[in-house]
Amino acid sequence: MTLDTPVAYDPELERLEIELLMEGVYRHYGFDFRSYAYSSLRRRLWKRIRAEGLASVTALQERVLHDPPVMERLLDDLSVNVTAMFRDPAFYLALRTTVIPMLRTYPFLRIWHAGCATGEEVVSMAVLLEEEGLYERTRIYATDINETVLLRARSGIFPLDRMQEYTENYIRAGGTRSFSEYYTAKYDGALFNPALLRNVVYSQHNLVTDRSFSEFHLILCRNVLIYFDKSLQNRVHNLFYESLVNFGILGLGSKEALRFSRFEECYEQVAPPEKLYRKVR
Amino acid sequence: MSVEIVCAGTSWGGLFALRTLLHGFGDDFPLPVVLVQHRHRDSNALLVDLLQECTALPVSEAEDKEPVTGGRVFVAPPNYHLLVDDGHFALNTDPPLRFSRPSIDVTLDAVAESYGRRAAGLILTGANDDGAEGLRRLADLGGTAVVQDPAESEMPTMPLAALRRVPDAVRLPLERIPGYFRTILKLAPLPGDQRPPAASRRVREPNPEAR
Repeated sequence: MTLDTPVAYDPELERLEIELLMEGVYRHYGFDFRSYAYSSLRRRLWKRIRAEGLASVTALQERVLHDPPVMERLLDDLSVNVTAMFRDPAFYLALRTTVIPMLRTYPFLRIWHAGCATGEEVVSMAVLLEEEGLYERTRIYATDINETVLLRARSGIFPLDRMQEYTENYIRAGGTRSFSEYYTAKYDGALFNPALLRNVVYSQHNLVTDRSFSEFHLILCRNVLIYFDKSLQNRVHNLFYESLVNFGILGLGSKEALRFSRFEECYEQVAPPEKLYRKVR
Repeated sequence: MSVEIVCAGTSWGGLFALRTLLHGFGDDFPLPVVLVQHRHRDSNALLVDLLQECTALPVSEAEDKEPVTGGRVFVAPPNYHLLVDDGHFALNTDPPLRFSRPSIDVTLDAVAESYGRRAAGLILTGANDDGAEGLRRLADLGGTAVVQDPAESEMPTMPLAALRRVPDAVRLPLERIPGYFRTILKLAPLPGDQRPPAASRRVREPNPEAR
C-alpha cells in the first residue's frame, strides 16, 4: 500500500473502524455493543451514519464521542428491536397446548420476558395466561436494555393500524375470544385494558452485563440473541440456564436454535419444530 | 477465479426459476447455495419441500449461527433478513427494505462483505428492483455478478434493474446459468435433460409482491 493514494473501500479497514467506535462507546458511555453480531451491527451503524449526513464510521465516532444526543440516537438504532403480538402464531399455539399444561403444576409462576422491547409479546403472554386461567398466580418480569421502549411498553398503548394483523395472529394462535375485547381504540392507538398488565413488572436489565435476578419457570427471549455474536450468545444462554428451575422452559425465536450453542445437551425440545426447550439437566 | 458461495435472489416467478437452477447445479455441486425468495411472512415449509424435489443436496431454511456449509442449499426464512458473519449465517428482524424481508440487497451485501471476490451473486425473475444494489456491491468487491436474461424471465423487472446497476454482469438464459457455474468450478457437464421434474403437487405461485 502506498501512503499517498486514498484507499478504496476495504472491509477489513471498516471492521477496524467499527471495533474502535464500539470500544469508544463502551469506555465513554458504558454501553457494551462490542460482542454484537457484526453484519447486523454494521448495517445499523450505516443507517445512523447516513441519517446524520456523514460518510464514514470514523466520522460517526467523532460525532458520537463529542455530541451525546447523537449517542442517544445511535443507542436507539442499536437497541430497539421490532416485534409483534403473537409473532409466529404457531409458537403461541404450542405454548398454549404443550407448555401451559406443564406450567399448571406450579402453585406460582414466574416468567421472564428478556428483551421485551415495546412489549407486544408481553401482552400476548398475558392474554394467553388469562384465557388459560393461570394469570392470577403469575408474575411476568419484562426487561429490556432500553428505558425508552419500556416506557412505551408500560403505557399499554399500541399502534391501531397493526390490530388487524394481530387479530389474525391471535386467532391462529388458538385465541378463544374476540381480540377487540382486550383494547379500546383511541385516535390512532389501541389502549389495552390495564388489568391485563396488572401482574407485569417492567424493569431495565442488560443481558450483556447484568446477572440473573430470580428463578423462573419460563423464559422467553425471542429474536434478541440473533443480534449477538456466538460468544455473547453462549454467555446469555448460561444466564438463562442458571435462571431456570429444573424442567423450566426456554422459548426462542423460530430460527434460533440451541444446537449451535454450548447448551444443546442441557435441554430437550418439547414441541418441535417450535423453539421451546425444557431444561432437563 | 475461485467462487466459494453462490447467492441467488428472486421474487415473482422464482419458484420455477429456483427449481431449474437447483436441478441444473447437479447433486455434486460443492458450494453453499443461498436462496432469497420474496414471500409472505407466514409462509410455511412448502418452498423447501418443492425445492428439495429438484436436488439431492439438502435444502433447509437457514437458522441463526448455522455454519455456511458447501453442498447444501439454504433458503432465507420468511420474515427475517439473512446475513453471513465469519462462516455462519446471521439473521435479523430489522424493518423490511423496499417492502421486503427477506431483502435480497441485505443478503447480497453481507455475502459480498464476507466473501469479496470469492462471492457469486445471481438475480433471477422478479417484479421489483430488490437485489440491484446488493449485486452492485458484490461486483464492486470483486465478486461474480450474473443476471438472468430479462427477455426470457417470467418477470423482467428485477433482472432489468440489476443490469442497469451492473451493466457488465454476465447475462444468461436461465437454463445456461447452472452450466456456467459448473464450468467455473471445473465440474464435468451433466448429461441429459436439464429441465427439473414436474412439481409433485399443483402449485399456484402466489404473487409475492402482494403483501
